Amino acid sequence: MVLEIRGIVRAQHYAKRGPAAPPQPIRAAPAGTVRRRGRSLDSLRAALAPGARRQETMDLLEYQGKQLFAKHGIAVPSGRHADTVEGAVEAAREIGFPCVIKAQVPIGKRGKAGGIKLAKDEAEARTHAEAILGMDIRGFTVYDLWIEGASEIAAEYYASVVLDRGEKKLLAMLSRMGGMDVEEIAEQDPTAMVKRHLEPGKPLDAELAREIAREARIADDVVDAVAETLVKLADVAVAEDATLIEVNPLIVTADRRVVALDAKVTIDNNALFRHPELAELRDRSSEDPQEAMAKEKGLTYVKLGGNIGILGNGAGLCMSTLDVVAQAGGKPANFLDAGGGSKADAIVDALEVITSDPNVTAILFNIFGGITRCDEIAKGIIEASQRIEIKVPLVVRLDGTNQEEGLRLLAEANLPNLHQEKTMLGAARRVVELANA
Amino acid sequence: MSIIVDESTKLVVSGLTGREGSFHGLRNRDYGTDVVAGVTPGKGGQDVDGIPVFDTIKEAVDERGANTSMIFVPARFAAAAIDEAIDAGVETVIAITEGIPVHDMLKTYWKAREAGVRLIGPNCPGVLSPGKANVGIIPAQFFERGKIGVVSKSGTLTYQIGNELKQAGEGNSTIVGIGGDPIVGSDFIDILKLFEQDPETELIVMVGEIGGDAEERAAEFIAEHISKPVVAYIAGFTAPPGKQMGHAGAIISGSSGTAQAKKEALEAKGVRVGTSPTETAQIAVEVLRGG
Repeated sequence: MVLEIRGIVRAQHYAKRGPAAPPQPIRAAPAGTVRRRGRSLDSLRAALAPGARRQETMDLLEYQGKQLFAKHGIAVPSGRHADTVEGAVEAAREIGFPCVIKAQVPIGKRGKAGGIKLAKDEAEARTHAEAILGMDIRGFTVYDLWIEGASEIAAEYYASVVLDRGEKKLLAMLSRMGGMDVEEIAEQDPTAMVKRHLEPGKPLDAELAREIAREARIADDVVDAVAETLVKLADVAVAEDATLIEVNPLIVTADRRVVALDAKVTIDNNALFRHPELAELRDRSSEDPQEAMAKEKGLTYVKLGGNIGILGNGAGLCMSTLDVVAQAGGKPANFLDAGGGSKADAIVDALEVITSDPNVTAILFNIFGGITRCDEIAKGIIEASQRIEIKVPLVVRLDGTNQEEGLRLLAEANLPNLHQEKTMLGAARRVVELANA
Repeated sequence: MSIIVDESTKLVVSGLTGREGSFHGLRNRDYGTDVVAGVTPGKGGQDVDGIPVFDTIKEAVDERGANTSMIFVPARFAAAAIDEAIDAGVETVIAITEGIPVHDMLKTYWKAREAGVRLIGPNCPGVLSPGKANVGIIPAQFFERGKIGVVSKSGTLTYQIGNELKQAGEGNSTIVGIGGDPIVGSDFIDILKLFEQDPETELIVMVGEIGGDAEERAAEFIAEHISKPVVAYIAGFTAPPGKQMGHAGAIISGSSGTAQAKKEALEAKGVRVGTSPTETAQIAVEVLRGG
């Protein structure tokens, strides 16, 4: 194994999306060694898709994940958080040199974007912190830095515990080919990635963990330590209500310690009531103005960049509405699921968020009421039109529970610029027409 | 015939005294469902519009012969309520509650499996057998009795398609909302099996969405085990990669789990896939009448 001191250029564990990032060793590996920096197990994860429910899951930033690991006795490099240049320099001084300055954003290719730098001394720490803070990394602004000691790496493994929704069990995965393009390697050589399901409701058995480590051909002297780490990762998943815990790389240091050099943790938001300390964590980097506003109001909103504002009830109907609008030649501005049982207030909030997007030239309400009552939706629309100025045409399609009452309320209110349509396709065509008028 | 709920359903509603629980529980009764009891701890002895309320599901089973449980209790207590229903000996549990922590459901899923109890949901709209029984929040007025079985991850999308079928003059044997959570008690395959055996069902409409691999698994299963025609719809073609669309598993990365990948997997096994709810209903009607 190549021994090198390297900044932890590990953009890839946040790389749910992009293709492989190129190698970016801060100190080049000796000639003849190829170090590929690839994405991690993207497609496997997609197949397992530990999921966002209505209120979505929460991806912790690397340092938040590491702090969680530390709390559960998993070895991580010592590090400090900073959100100012001075704070970063002070942290670096305390950690000692060389150290690594790492941008904390929930997205891959941080290294490639220049968001991870090795600092040999205080002057370098300052230069890097100045450059990285405020940097935009693929749409995420860097507000937070994590400063940690550079690690001497003897080996890089991959370890994860993920919810396998197909099998309805937690799945532990381990590979000795960490850091590299594990996904590709696992595909070419299935034995390179060892996978075992956990018994439902039980912790990962220590003997099973050792078996996994041996099967993954982990170096003999660290089999126990790696197995122990895997057990703890599974404990973290259960204790902290995580649907994904991924460490890539899990390193063996020059002095043969097993250390989590990165952390990708996805928390189930539905369980946040059990974890007030996690519920308080904020990731400022990802907040688009409309998305931030929606989050504050408790709405499920995703900005899509087009000009047709969309509100539906139920994720499936919302997605279908996007598809149908796109088929009619329109470009959806957003996805907004008003959810089940929406009351008038939620509709007012939703309209505020949608109309605050300057690109929106028309809005489509596609409601099929089950638990949602159409009269509540109608009341919300009427109330919103009194409270905020809606300058763009609104196409409304209401079907389902209390539909007659909803339609009657809307007809009585006789709002200007409101167009009722009976069918989803008709509504989609109408809104596209109005948006482009 | 029909599946899961029918005239023999004797329903106990956990959370009947709550706002949503009473609204929908009474709507279910008004539809004709035999709602025999409600359960709210501490409110035993009361009644909701004549439906007796008990402290425990066990009492509702013992005293009122309940065989089906509907869960309408808040998310943080819902898994425990499902567990209670399983222990009380009902045959079927239909969990409407959304927002149940996934680790709670992991345990409850296996508890139901081991007990041989059919669990539908959570975070689902319920099950409707038109003309027989409605358990859940499906607006029954949009569905007629007929020959088409519907199984769907999405509530509102199910109503949409049911409504399109009705307008085309066709009805449903049973509509099953399986829910879109990462862990649901019954998946497409479980319900496809039931429809295959149901003499009233002549065609099956399957409504999926991006995320997970339940549709791909179902495609394999259909090829091997389902003799009845299946028509599918998948939502989320325009969902941007990597964006969470707020439903379980609705995260896309790479190509796996995308609407396109699911469509291709289904079509490769001879399942026709509509591009909109309307077209899906049209194909279903065409296949039903042509075949």
